[in-house]
Amino acid sequence: MSTHRVAFTLNGDRRELEIAADRLLIDVIRDDCGATGTKLGCGVGVCGACSVLVDGELLSACLLPAVFADGRRITTVEGLANDELTPLQDAFIREGGFQCGICTPGQLIAATALLAEQPRPDAEAIRSWMMGNLCRCTGYYGIVRAIQRAAGPA
Amino acid sequence: MTFDYHEPRTLAEALALLDRYGEDAHLMAGGTATVLLMRQGLLRPGHVIALRAIDELGGIAHTPDGGLRIGAMATHRAVERSADAFAYSPALTDAFGSVATVRIRNQATVGGNLAHADPAQDPPPMLSALNATVSVRSSRGGRSLPIEELAVDHFTTSLAHGEIITEVILPPIEPGTRETYLKFLPRTADDYATVSVAATLRFAPGGTIAETRIVLGAVGPTPIRARRVEDALRGQPVSRARDAVDLVRDEIDPIDDLRGSAAYKREMARIWTGRALAQVTR
Repeated sequence: MSTHRVAFTLNGDRRELEIAADRLLIDVIRDDCGATGTKLGCGVGVCGACSVLVDGELLSACLLPAVFADGRRITTVEGLANDELTPLQDAFIREGGFQCGICTPGQLIAATALLAEQPRPDAEAIRSWMMGNLCRCTGYYGIVRAIQRAAGPA
Repeated sequence: MTFDYHEPRTLAEALALLDRYGEDAHLMAGGTATVLLMRQGLLRPGHVIALRAIDELGGIAHTPDGGLRIGAMATHRAVERSADAFAYSPALTDAFGSVATVRIRNQATVGGNLAHADPAQDPPPMLSALNATVSVRSSRGGRSLPIEELAVDHFTTSLAHGEIITEVILPPIEPGTRETYLKFLPRTADDYATVSVAATLRFAPGGTIAETRIVLGAVGPTPIRARRVEDALRGQPVSRARDAVDLVRDEIDPIDDLRGSAAYKREMARIWTGRALAQVTR
């Protein structure tokens, strides 16, 4: 097994690691970098719990070879808030956008990517984009409301 | 998963690595399929050759004759959002945009999709209906083949070892042609199709059907071109469509699976082929 020197930023902090070729980004983020906000759900790219931003693009960390992160900018849920919550995080609290919380880091990352691309999505655009982030608690109503609240009127 | 990882910067380097490691090497494009197959133990290469750093495999652009070139490493999302691809055919950007979720579309590539040859994928039937050719390179030279000759069975292509898909070339579309891609999704919106239908159709000046191509996904070991339906429609008025559609049942070879029984898929193929024809003959 080959190993590789990879350098990337995780939520603005530079990381340089020697990793084996078969490592996946989800494991490197959680186990090597200690950023456990990103959750492993299905492990096959379906549920969205491991959603991360790579150079601003929404990806499944459970499907991404960690060597692909070399030279790139990774954002996880830990990187969203500075001193204050983002409007989206605040809206998830106010609108009941979560219950058990396991899917929430992925929901927030996916919604952040949506609003970066479409600042004023209508409800249909929100449902279509967020379709890949599963939630067993909310029935999705709170999540859609939260994103609408953060975005302002469509 | 135990392998050495290689990231060549040029196609020539990638081809040399493929030749050096032979059957022990496997190419990785976006990685969505390769990563899963390796984790499930279905694929155990000694060497993984990633194509992501090879610039010449990227890009989506009009060709000088009014066709479209899609580089093998273009992501599904890049096609979905490409102004050139949309100008070429909105049905093409629809087909790429209907794949799984935005996360998968950000990672999965056009070439990787074709090499994976899952018969339930969305892009291949649409590319086939648009009469695409696939360019392939090996250390011995290049060739191009009609996309219909690429997939030969479930997850199996006609590519020889040592060959890399470099691009997909779509020919100019005859003026007056209409195209559509329909995907029947009875379970969830991010699922593979139970049946999908890509169709293109052009009327002759007299109002008869001059040319049509109809290709179905998820109802056989490869995308299936409904040649009998096409033959029954060419030169005929659109009123023939209802009878012609019935012929699709005998052209496909669906299996029973969690997306429906073979009999159900046969019936749905008839229904959705009819809907696709309704779209392109409106």
